[in-house]
Amino acid sequence: MAEFKNSGENMKDFKGVWVFCEQRQGELQSTVLELVSEGRKLADDLGVELAGLLLGDNVEGLAKEIGAYGADKVILCDDPSLKDYTTDAYADVICDVVMEKKPEIVLIGATNIGRDLGPRCAARLHTGLTADCTHLDVETTKYVDFLKANSTLDVDQMVAAGRIKMEDRNLKMTRPAFGGHLMATIICPRFRPQMSTVRPGVLKKGEYDEAKAAAVVVEKYAVKTGELKTQVVEIVKEAKQLVDLIGADVVVSVGRGISKDVEKGIALAEELAEVLGGVVGGSRVAIDSGWLTADHQVGQTGKTVHPTLYIALGISGAIQHKAGMQDSGTIVAVNKSESAPIFDVADYGICGDMFKVVPMMIETIKAAKAAK
Amino acid sequence: MDFRLTKEQAMVQKMCREFAVNEIEPIAAEIDEQERYPHETVEKMRRYGLMGIQFPKELGGSGGDTICYSIAIEEAARFCGTTGCIISSHATLCAWPIYKYGTAEQKEKWLRPLISSTKTGAFGLTEPNAGTDAAGQQTIAVKQEDGSYIINGSKVFITGGGVASTYVIFAMTDKSKGTRGISAFIVDKDDPGFSIGKIEHKMGIRGSQTSELVFEDLHLPADRLLGKEGQGFKIAMTTLDGGRIGIASQALGIAQGALDQAVAYMKERVQFGRPISKFQGLQWMVADMETQIEAARLLVRRAAFNKDHGLPYNKEAAMAKLFASETAMEVTTKALQLFGGYGYIREYPMERMMRDAKITEIYEGTSQVQRMVIANNVLGK
Amino acid sequence: MKVIVCVKQVPDTSGKVAVKPDGTLDRASMATIINPDDKNAIEAALALKDETGCKTIVVTMGPPPAEGMLREIMAMGVDEAVLVSGREFGGSDTFATSQILAAAINKIGIEDDDIVLCGRQAIDGDTAQVGPQIAEKLGLPQITYAADIKVEGREVTVKRMLEDGYMTIKTQTPCLITAIKELNTPRYMSVGGIFDCYNKPMSVFDFNTLKDDPLIELDTIGLKGSPTNIFASFTPPQKGQGEMLEGADQKTVDVLVDKLLAKHII
Repeated sequence: MAEFKNSGENMKDFKGVWVFCEQRQGELQSTVLELVSEGRKLADDLGVELAGLLLGDNVEGLAKEIGAYGADKVILCDDPSLKDYTTDAYADVICDVVMEKKPEIVLIGATNIGRDLGPRCAARLHTGLTADCTHLDVETTKYVDFLKANSTLDVDQMVAAGRIKMEDRNLKMTRPAFGGHLMATIICPRFRPQMSTVRPGVLKKGEYDEAKAAAVVVEKYAVKTGELKTQVVEIVKEAKQLVDLIGADVVVSVGRGISKDVEKGIALAEELAEVLGGVVGGSRVAIDSGWLTADHQVGQTGKTVHPTLYIALGISGAIQHKAGMQDSGTIVAVNKSESAPIFDVADYGICGDMFKVVPMMIETIKAAKAAK
Repeated sequence: MDFRLTKEQAMVQKMCREFAVNEIEPIAAEIDEQERYPHETVEKMRRYGLMGIQFPKELGGSGGDTICYSIAIEEAARFCGTTGCIISSHATLCAWPIYKYGTAEQKEKWLRPLISSTKTGAFGLTEPNAGTDAAGQQTIAVKQEDGSYIINGSKVFITGGGVASTYVIFAMTDKSKGTRGISAFIVDKDDPGFSIGKIEHKMGIRGSQTSELVFEDLHLPADRLLGKEGQGFKIAMTTLDGGRIGIASQALGIAQGALDQAVAYMKERVQFGRPISKFQGLQWMVADMETQIEAARLLVRRAAFNKDHGLPYNKEAAMAKLFASETAMEVTTKALQLFGGYGYIREYPMERMMRDAKITEIYEGTSQVQRMVIANNVLGK
Repeated sequence: MKVIVCVKQVPDTSGKVAVKPDGTLDRASMATIINPDDKNAIEAALALKDETGCKTIVVTMGPPPAEGMLREIMAMGVDEAVLVSGREFGGSDTFATSQILAAAINKIGIEDDDIVLCGRQAIDGDTAQVGPQIAEKLGLPQITYAADIKVEGREVTVKRMLEDGYMTIKTQTPCLITAIKELNTPRYMSVGGIFDCYNKPMSVFDFNTLKDDPLIELDTIGLKGSPTNIFASFTPPQKGQGEMLEGADQKTVDVLVDKLLAKHII
């Protein structure tokens, strides 16, 4: 590995926005297209090129799709050794190509793979990495507007006092900390590239553009991988249908409140979810108690969801849970305790026994739907 | 003078609370409802050293003191009176007399497994006609020529009867000597002539099994005699002194648990447009409950401290048990009252706590016996 | 063989999170706990100890009071502790933190059959970056999101979770593994362990202890050595006040459904 001295002097040499285009078994992860769409905006603000960085074996066919969402080019690292993700091979290739071509921004989806790869590369490149971002800006005017809409800060005063400099062109990477209780905007002013892993499902995917798909340039990069220290023995897609909490329009979640009759509680939640065309989620208690499998967990250590409608049944609303659902469109909470913190984020609260309220909800919604 | 827990005692408290919240509370209602002995919890408690806290590490114990032991029972009983009782009866009523009066061989053979294997212990003193008046023992042990004993008789209300493997029991070896004719023996559940009689259905601590013990020509070799012949009454009484610290801790835990529940409920329950915790009449009830509990805790810890430091604790343990158990009864009654109708139904733990509290005023010496002990200490016999 | 576990003491976010008026966290007023994923790493280390009799060492970076947490971890059964503590280390981001922890691990010494374990991520920062970055600094292979670990001699086989399944990965010791909660159920302290823990060795590594390691320079650690800086921090505005519906009967449910219908949600 070549020694890479990352210092302020060569910062100007870094140009262009890159998106790591994670594929699994030859299919792009859906978050890649969100990142390409977002990367396009950042590249336009900077007046630079947007490139997709694609690693895999025989994956050239994916370049068009990456182009369609806004990439000017795709840097293709195609090699049998890159068929399945391994930290060593992917980190070696990515660090080599970054050192050679010097992008100023590298965006990576915060998937289990992205969050394995990103820190390894950032550590080797001696640069900063901001984890699990939910908002990105280069243009300070846009960032100021974002702050005005999403914070309680006196933004005008901060600008006037010079605490926010309008000419700042660093990538401003905003992320939740403490389970969304605090938001922090992080910059990496002295090193390049500026790296960020971005939370899947938060940024919006743009429109597929046929013309751009056709125009994308594929630039092949000759891969040199060293000796690999890890081997993938097998990859197993879970046969059972994992619940797609992130993509769901309606999530009905259960918590400690179902403990007195877990089976019935879950059955009620499932029925309500079915009537509403949604899926069932659970709080940490519901998962830790073994009532639901881990893929159902909503919250800081589970999944972050933002469905149109989120219904919390018997969930007290610990911060760690609220972190995963408070940005839902409309939140309905049913809880026996009037002082449950879940009511602080709920649009509509009902203080009562879910075992009594939910059957009524199911019937009433069924009737309302039938009447439509 | 220092009222603070040591670093280790504070850690034991933290550990026991975590354990109780995760392992004891979730099944407390179930074992009460089903009258089921929680074998799985006992196994876990042993793994974490909770079944032999106050015994030295050389014997497989945890090397803790009586304060730690009291804390463990209190924390368990906060969520489940049964579990508090299981720790107490095993460790103080069976393991302790063997530790205190047993020979080196007896400790190795009987005590070590009680602390570090899956065996639990029980204590058999009470008889149908010898309750508070424990001296009225009708179980007879007849010494044989080879030094062994043949025992006949029965015991009642034995906590752990039928689930325990090892029993410390008492029998008359010389009726003419009254209390000085009582001797203590170690019995194994598989000894021929030993059997479990009726299993009782109780008002509270329903997860702990309580049964009759029946001895029909129970033949015990000489090495089962615990202490000396005629020393049994003393062994029983000193064992009960320590046991009272355990029961006082159990009562304290039940009271604290009931208050915790009531306080949480009062902050949530809204009547007349505000949480009921805002009503002064109820606030005063809470203040009284808290004061009683804290006073009980000080008495319990003081008795435990005396025991650990070789100071007399007969009166202190009796006072702790008397005051803590009466506090438990009073606090659980008041706490249930604060829940109103919800307190009376089984969905909430209040009625269970109140049922569990009652036994603490009865077993290991009724409140009346504790008053006798205290008065004897004050007035002289 | 030895297992080194890296842990972090974090504020307990399951209670109330206190935020100071300036938008930063009021750590002083919050209870601290062992980071939950780190407890799974500790349990994995202790399970290996139970199985092989290997030595276990816990390492944390934090202020001196973090000793209390280290003692608790030793009361769970870990043999030794290292507290990495010093003014120079303050303000470190994940990059700088991993420089320091890697130097601390170098100081302890990594041998061919050793394993380093970390929790996947800490609940205060949620970055999941320090584990992989320590691995990079130490030149060790890493396996993150471990839900199962098998060690046979120097061969390590890990079930690594993905969103849509898992991969089985093989590597050789020395290596670094990050644990997730599916890996195991952490044990409690034991009473016997509590009475042993203050007799177990605990070392304090400060700047002087580590300064000879090439990873440690004043411009690669602490606030000055951190590539990332906080540009702004803020609390998100509270959502508009929600509405508590009266009662919990059919009438209440009718009101709710009408409201949801009116907003075209159902």
